[in-house]
Amino acid sequence: MTTVQSAVVVKPTRPWLAKPSQRLQSVGVFLLALAISYGVVAVTPMKGKLAYAAIFFIAFTALDYLLSYFTLGKSAAKDVVARGFIVSGMVIVTAPILSILVTVLLRGYKGIHASMFTTDMRASSMNDPVASGGLMHALIGTFLMVAIALIISVPLGILTALYLTEIRGRFTKPIAFLVQAMSGVPSIVAGLFILSALIYTVAHAYSGIMGSLALSILMIPTIARTSEEVLLLIPPDLREAGVALGGTQWRTVALVVVPAARSGLVTAMILGIARVAGETAPLLLVAGGSDQNNLNPFHGPMASLPYYVWKAYSFGSIESVRRAWAGILVLLVIVLVLFTAARFLSARKGK
Amino acid sequence: MPSATGLPQRRELTTKPRFSDKVFRTVVTTGGLSSLLILGLIFSFLAYQGFSILKMEGFHFITGSNWQVVLDEAGNIDKANTAFGIAPMLIGTILCALIALVVAVPVSVLAALYLTFYAPPALKRFLVSIIDLMAAFPSILFGLWGFFILMPSVEYWAKLLHKYLGWIPFFKMEVPVFTRSPFIAGVVLAIMVIPIVTSISREVFAQTPLDRVQAAYALGASRWAMIRAVVIPYGRSGVVGGAMLGLGRAMGETVAVYTVLNIVYQVNWHILVGAGGNVASMILLKFGEAGAQEVKALMGAGLVLFLLTLLVNSIANAIVLRSGGKGR
Amino acid sequence: MTNPEESEKDMDTVTPSSLASVASGTGKKRSPGTEALGVGLEARGIHAWFEQKHVLSDISLDFWSGTVTALIGPSGCGKSTFIRTLNRMHEFIPGAAMAGQVLLDGKDIYESGTDVTKIRLKVGMVFQKPNPFPSMTIAENVLAGLKLAQLKVENKDDLLEECLERAGLWSEVKDRLSAYGGSLSGGQQQRLCIARSLAVRPQVLLMDEPCSALDPGSTLRIEETISQLSSTMTIIIVTHNMQQAARVSDYTAFFLSDGGPGQMVEVGPTGEIFSRPKDKRTENYVTGRFG
Repeated sequence: MTTVQSAVVVKPTRPWLAKPSQRLQSVGVFLLALAISYGVVAVTPMKGKLAYAAIFFIAFTALDYLLSYFTLGKSAAKDVVARGFIVSGMVIVTAPILSILVTVLLRGYKGIHASMFTTDMRASSMNDPVASGGLMHALIGTFLMVAIALIISVPLGILTALYLTEIRGRFTKPIAFLVQAMSGVPSIVAGLFILSALIYTVAHAYSGIMGSLALSILMIPTIARTSEEVLLLIPPDLREAGVALGGTQWRTVALVVVPAARSGLVTAMILGIARVAGETAPLLLVAGGSDQNNLNPFHGPMASLPYYVWKAYSFGSIESVRRAWAGILVLLVIVLVLFTAARFLSARKGK
Repeated sequence: MPSATGLPQRRELTTKPRFSDKVFRTVVTTGGLSSLLILGLIFSFLAYQGFSILKMEGFHFITGSNWQVVLDEAGNIDKANTAFGIAPMLIGTILCALIALVVAVPVSVLAALYLTFYAPPALKRFLVSIIDLMAAFPSILFGLWGFFILMPSVEYWAKLLHKYLGWIPFFKMEVPVFTRSPFIAGVVLAIMVIPIVTSISREVFAQTPLDRVQAAYALGASRWAMIRAVVIPYGRSGVVGGAMLGLGRAMGETVAVYTVLNIVYQVNWHILVGAGGNVASMILLKFGEAGAQEVKALMGAGLVLFLLTLLVNSIANAIVLRSGGKGR
Repeated sequence: MTNPEESEKDMDTVTPSSLASVASGTGKKRSPGTEALGVGLEARGIHAWFEQKHVLSDISLDFWSGTVTALIGPSGCGKSTFIRTLNRMHEFIPGAAMAGQVLLDGKDIYESGTDVTKIRLKVGMVFQKPNPFPSMTIAENVLAGLKLAQLKVENKDDLLEECLERAGLWSEVKDRLSAYGGSLSGGQQQRLCIARSLAVRPQVLLMDEPCSALDPGSTLRIEETISQLSSTMTIIIVTHNMQQAARVSDYTAFFLSDGGPGQMVEVGPTGEIFSRPKDKRTENYVTGRFG
């Protein structure tokens, strides 16, 4: 019996997706609501973005509700209204992010100039025109303090994570609790602690190392938590394989587990840096601040990017505020770069 | 060798750890206990430094509203005229943080619902990235942006609130100063806290058991009806935990509040009036010119803040972990 | 398992030693005359895809009102996917696509402009793992469908009792209607889910291996329920258990996938499928040569 091959190839379809006519309907409702909001604002004494947004939202939701009620029914109409609120929530959450990014860019770029990265403020005042002076001292300060904080925090953070994932001894619950508790410590408390423990007792002076120590308190929990997450993702078979080959626990961890988690641990470090790069309050308390490059973290007050921004802002003049925005732009670019690097790394690992 | 019951006796499995492993364990355990050490030290030093002042004031430290330092010629505290009470700032801390929650939580929950149930995959990835990015913004950025960009708009809303809802005690105003009020500080804090609450809510919503979701849909539920019937009952406690974590963050915020709020040392329940403060920003403010004794009082204030945020965050984390989210 | 070739298969007589006889042993006379009640649901040329993978090919089936149709076949041949195209639950899976029509009362449920939630009211579903809502009481669970779809009902208590009665659960829970849904045993939970589906008065009830997670006692109770329910609605049940198919269904359809998309090999009155299957592959399956 010969089978006749069907000449018709059936194509996959998705009949549940919105048809062009339905999309057109939505666009129509959108435009109508827009028109209503403009109309109402023009006619009544209401003003401002809030008025436009609020009336547009009310008009859009009401129209959508009526449309759904008469075509589909009460339940669908409620669904549509809920959708309106939910989307609005998302818009409200997204708006500040965009506003912040745009603001910093627009206000900050005016203050950016090439020599900014190679001069400090010893010869200029914050009120001087933006082109004079720069933030090199702040960059050096942030770089040094964060680097030293990394040196302190990475071992402690990773060791903590290793305890929680590899050893899991009887301190596991307390340590997990403590890590979480530490991540909630307000940054100013970290500053006060270093102040009371080291500066008032022993050092009696501001210095960069003190800043690093305060930053470590904030960095360790971030690194510990992210490292823990990353280590937990390593499948147990890997560890079993190492031990089955006759490896001791420490060899297995050092030579098998940690390398496997390498990029994740780097991500943890990057996130730790991003966390503390913008901290202001503790540095004000323990690192002081200065207008000059200071390459010695053990001696003398040290500036930082947040300090620079803070000081510029507090001077209050037009020029100094411009400096503040420029400083923030630099800081934000650094955070953005770090963040992108972290995401790139974790995407590569296929997390 | 059989025991009395006839069953073979169990053998005890022991391993004698190698020396290198013992060293490993010790090193890792010590590293792990570093957090215990650090937290303990924080508590100890703050308490030690602030002790004399705390002893002097006793409970009044938390309940008193006066903060003034009067020194005699020798530079010691004139006990009769000196008082350290952080009540106004403590109330301000809680007030600003609560305003932040009232604004942030509804919006965050809605956004989390959008991301989990409505967003197309590519858009979702993008939005989640930028929300996580916002979590990494430095707080001084929020302070500057809040002061220069947000405040004019919020001022306008405050005026509206006063005009239409001014009969509610919170929104009354004796003096019509709308700028730099706890309300504005609360809104700025809300924006800082939104990423935390949104991402925890998202985690919790994403774990809604699929079989319940399908059961609801199979019964003819619309998407919203399903969310109401299944997702919200399931995710409720997780969202509460996330909100509390946001509360802890808002309570400890220093620089953003300092920039935006006009710090005045008196209790202010009228959140639209431009006067207030929180403990963290007060510490920063007074620190610059504080004498030795006042510094001790500030340490005491820091201790109170430390314990308060510790309490809130611990409860919050416990709730979040119990409802299936990841701790923060 | 008895050898269906042993018996002389005759639909109108009861013969003791074959699955065919089990099929007609429930006491109800199954005959082609049920067509008089009309076609409950028609599937025409159903195809299904997940992303690029073609998982169902050209399934056409008629489901008659007042009957139970069993879908049998080895794992992974698309039976569950198929029934999910019947109540438009297939589209929830990311990457899902389909082709073909499903006619309910003559109208294609995939037609544009159709309110999908109304379809799901008419075509209900009971899942493999019982899934009562844990945050609701037993009473609330049964009436959940009304609340979710915003349906108004004259007398909630009467409806509650009727649905639980039809599901065979009333006598066991009538004294504890305000207990939480999770406090029941597996079999009771499944019957609760059945009662819940009944509350919205579906025309068709889809059941995806409803007894596979239950013990044999509960299984038989539910099979009794299915038989009783089938007089007023169309029931389609996916099952791995051939004896169950034989016990409970009027018609049986055999699905098979040879590595490609699942296809329907053969459909017919249950007795015939088990005793005189027309296709060799059907015969191999029902006699246990593979499966």
